[in-house]
Amino acid sequence: MPVDTASVEVTGWGRTAPTTAARLVRPRSYEEAADAVLDCAAPGARGGIARGLGRAYGDAAQNAGGCVLDMTGLDRIRTIDARDGVVVCDAGVSLHRLMEVLLPLGWFVPVTPGTRYVTVGGAIGADIHGKNHHVSGSFSRHVVSLDLLTADGEVRTVPAGTDLFDATAGGMGLTGVILSATVRLLPVETSWMSVDTERAADLDDLMDRLAATDHRYRYSVAWIDLLARGPAMGRSVLTRGEHAPSDALGARARREPLAFRPGRLPAAPGFVPEGLLGRASVGLFNALWYRRAPRARTGELQKLSAFFHPLDGVPHWNRVYGRGGFVQYQFVVGYGQEEALRRIVGRISRRGCPSFLAVLKRFGDGDPGWLSFPVPGWTLALDVPAGLPGLGAFLDGLDEEVVAAGGRVYLAKDSRLRPDLLAAMYPRLADFRALRAELDPRGVFTSDLSRRLSL
Amino acid sequence: MKDAFGIPQSLLVLGGTSEIGLATARRLIARRTRTVWLAGRPSPALETAAAGLRALGADVRTVAFDALDPVTHEEKLGKVFAEGDIDMVLLAFGVLGDQAHDEEQPLSAVRVAQTNYTGAVSAGLVCAKALQNQGHGSLVVLSSVAGERARRVNFIYGSSKAGLDAFAQGLGDALHGTGVHVMVVRPGFVRSKMTAGLPDAPLATTPEAVATAIETGLRRRSETVWVPGALRAVMSALRHVPRPLFRRLPV
Repeated sequence: MPVDTASVEVTGWGRTAPTTAARLVRPRSYEEAADAVLDCAAPGARGGIARGLGRAYGDAAQNAGGCVLDMTGLDRIRTIDARDGVVVCDAGVSLHRLMEVLLPLGWFVPVTPGTRYVTVGGAIGADIHGKNHHVSGSFSRHVVSLDLLTADGEVRTVPAGTDLFDATAGGMGLTGVILSATVRLLPVETSWMSVDTERAADLDDLMDRLAATDHRYRYSVAWIDLLARGPAMGRSVLTRGEHAPSDALGARARREPLAFRPGRLPAAPGFVPEGLLGRASVGLFNALWYRRAPRARTGELQKLSAFFHPLDGVPHWNRVYGRGGFVQYQFVVGYGQEEALRRIVGRISRRGCPSFLAVLKRFGDGDPGWLSFPVPGWTLALDVPAGLPGLGAFLDGLDEEVVAAGGRVYLAKDSRLRPDLLAAMYPRLADFRALRAELDPRGVFTSDLSRRLSL
Repeated sequence: MKDAFGIPQSLLVLGGTSEIGLATARRLIARRTRTVWLAGRPSPALETAAAGLRALGADVRTVAFDALDPVTHEEKLGKVFAEGDIDMVLLAFGVLGDQAHDEEQPLSAVRVAQTNYTGAVSAGLVCAKALQNQGHGSLVVLSSVAGERARRVNFIYGSSKAGLDAFAQGLGDALHGTGVHVMVVRPGFVRSKMTAGLPDAPLATTPEAVATAIETGLRRRSETVWVPGALRAVMSALRHVPRPLFRRLPV
């Protein structure tokens, strides 16, 4: 029997806008998942939505008054082709688990976001990207096919390149429940990264450096100090890297080149006073973080976990924002819209948004998913405490800039977008809605996100 | 759905001509609110209020609702919820009464109590149930500092608000964990048509200030909001003043 809990309060990783699901079901098999979906379709029920590890920042994996399917019970890795680098696994398998299993075999996930605690289903549903987007594209570009449980209770095998696949990749779980996926992997010699670090003095310097040399690296990202003002506005630390070849390792590391043992610090405490992360404390942190970084250093060896997922070392790090939670804002504007990016960074810097997790990166070619976020251009992600007075109206102002520049915001991080801007941001939204209307006419798959934005 | 800042997309105002209710609606429409239901006794004033909000770009509908007729509440409000989720219910109706007159005319005093208290109990429970089925939403109840400690000049009104306040607090605890948030708002003296002709009390405020406090309270998911905030300290002091002394205070 599926584990079934009544009345569970659910939030996203940002811990804003909590709502209560009438039922939380944890299916352990395809059959149990299909039964749960048919229950969601019962008259009077308020639909259902799949949830993985709850790392979407906003309300994507919440369903007020309805059913939430906790997919972490479907956690089997079915087959691994260690010769060609292909894995078939259930949707509830986390990227962390895949790394544990695949790294010793010399394979790595094709795309990883800033946390490895996301499920494969969630990675496809949000069509996540990583520091290698300019080279490798989004996660679903590496998905060969997936099994999708649709509103009629049927399981369909959906190969890449079909309309249903493109609607599902980035579709925020609204086309159905992803049950399993076949994913192509990346061969690696070691579990170490060779990292080049450099500082950029301001935003223009940063953009010049990224534009000039990004193509040399598989992974590239810049941490940006959004509180720096005046001539220092946009000062940043660029970290770019490659998987280290085995001959780059020292004698000790070479004994176990593919070891994967991420460290763990104590969890963030359950109660943190509101306003701990204000302008003064974050400003101080940012200044120290910037000065601590080397002006230029090449070929430093870092563990995979330190390079990709530094925050995963602190369980429940999202609690540091206190009870009020925080808002993530990530947008992309195309190449040629550098002026809009400068204006937005200027507005954030003048407004004094206390953000210590802001990153800027260049995207490569867009991805086929209809609601996939990446388009070629500049993407900036920042976190802000939700309790900051006037933040809602301020971010609405940024939305206007983003839309005017032909850009968009990322649905996996959204918790506050004005619904009428969505169609301008996602030109394939009409196709997505039409496909949903045909595939799921009764709207069985529903989330707080889909209600809020009328997806 | 409410956004990360607690701002609703759909709003039901019980007491559709209430100045605080309309000031709050205007403020929320300026942020995210698109659908507004104004519930009240059918009247030109209700239609004027609806037209005023429509001019701001909201989709506004009115529904006939009488606090003094609790038998009809379930049916009238049920229709509103059947049309779609309501993210926030603002329980804004209430009457001040005329203390001197009401003391002479018990039936007229009873009307004050029935409007402010029993009418609100009925409407509050109907809305709470609907919100609970949705699994989300805020029920914002306009109480008053008058309910915090009864005063000679308006204890009939004050006692009705005291009942409402206690009811709303208890309801908030009952709904804790259901996804429904109950917020009790205790304004001081609000300059409005309800208080027209009365002399200003200390710390007097305006409907717009109450609306601002409600918006902030929604963002913080507060359970109690005082307007202005200083009243919290003032009232907690006044609450402990001995009766013989309290009677002599010019409050």
